[in-house]
Amino acid sequence: MAQFTRGFGGRRRESNPELPPGQYLTNDFPVLSAGPTPRVTRDEWRFTVRTETGLDRSWTWDEFTALPIEDVHTDIHCVTRWSKLRTHWRGVSVDTLLDGIDSAAVSAMAHSYGGYTTNVPLADLLGGKAWVAFEFEGAPLAPEHGGPARLLVPHLYFWKSAKWVQGLVLQVRDDPGFWEQNGYNMHGDPWLEERYW
Amino acid sequence: MTGTPWLPAHVVDVRDLTPRSRSIVLEVPGWPGSLPGQHLDVRLTAEDGYRAERSYSIAGFGPGERVELAVDEVVDGEVSPYLVRDIRPGDFLEVKGPLGMYFVWRDADPSPVQLIAGGSGVVPLLSIARARAVAGTDQPFRLLCSVRSPEDAMYRDEIEGLEAAGVEVEWIYTRRAPARSARGAGRVRPGELATLTWPPERHPLVFVCGPTSFVEYVADVLVDAGHPALRIRTERFG
Repeated sequence: MAQFTRGFGGRRRESNPELPPGQYLTNDFPVLSAGPTPRVTRDEWRFTVRTETGLDRSWTWDEFTALPIEDVHTDIHCVTRWSKLRTHWRGVSVDTLLDGIDSAAVSAMAHSYGGYTTNVPLADLLGGKAWVAFEFEGAPLAPEHGGPARLLVPHLYFWKSAKWVQGLVLQVRDDPGFWEQNGYNMHGDPWLEERYW
Repeated sequence: MTGTPWLPAHVVDVRDLTPRSRSIVLEVPGWPGSLPGQHLDVRLTAEDGYRAERSYSIAGFGPGERVELAVDEVVDGEVSPYLVRDIRPGDFLEVKGPLGMYFVWRDADPSPVQLIAGGSGVVPLLSIARARAVAGTDQPFRLLCSVRSPEDAMYRDEIEGLEAAGVEVEWIYTRRAPARSARGAGRVRPGELATLTWPPERHPLVFVCGPTSFVEYVADVLVDAGHPALRIRTERFG
């Protein structure tokens, strides 16, 4: 150890191998967002997948929630350093949403009500790794946490789990979204501490 | 795995701001400078190698290797009590930054600016107000500070001094108001927000920073009052 911080460490938390480096455990559910919380009713809510050639596939709330729903038990990790362990979500797998779509895309841009975007490689969205979730701990997802529905990509930092998500636009290049243009990493693996540029 | 490196830093000055908050000035060789409103990560390493990292807003801005943080103590926190109670000049820690490119004021933007702070959320907003002073602009600025009591107001003297430079400053006391206050104590009400902040017709750029419940409430009221959501930038903690 080259240098240390004099007198620090008296109140340390227990180390926990379930936590990625630099994270601490919280039992709260803090909020990270760049602006006001959009208020979207289920009646007006739509979810759209658009391919790189401009073909759309769209669902209303009733159509969406009639798709196969999966239970997801997972840990989540925010770039602002809090982690929550063993959270429970319900939602539709991105595999289901992209099933049968003809595309040569490598990445998707998640678009949210309110105008925010984040890019996620398709390799991180497919194969049982990502969902569009509308329930958290047995209750409808609250607006400040992304309700009516948010993307859930729990193996990446949680800004990739776009709140108030309204669609995925497939892209042949992994172009940066809002957060990625404003200082956050293109990929965001918490175990590799891919936090920032 | 990320481009921004950890930089060694030494404490050069500490100053109590309130009974539970303190400003800490660091000397950071190689610090690239920061924009008004940005934050940084702090990493503390105990003698046995144990580490903890947290994010803090930067109270200063601009070039130079001196970096001013302001830290409010979180009860039962792990890092903030150390920074507020124990750290002293000469101590070593590491920083990474500056971070965040959105909750930032650029003096090329001519819009009126509305700053709204809940508690220690005032820190990045003070950085923005300081930048206005240095820019020498007479751009219309208003700052609304919500604090629990007069004793909880971080940087009170400096903030009151901003008025002489043309920043309109308003105070809301949520738990205990000064004896001379006609308003009394209580959370800011929607009607007060309308009169104490720039109206939507002025097309202000609004920065809101504070605890999540405060930011959610204020941002909702502003949207209801007609401010475009994309003109309201928020930063939250807790």
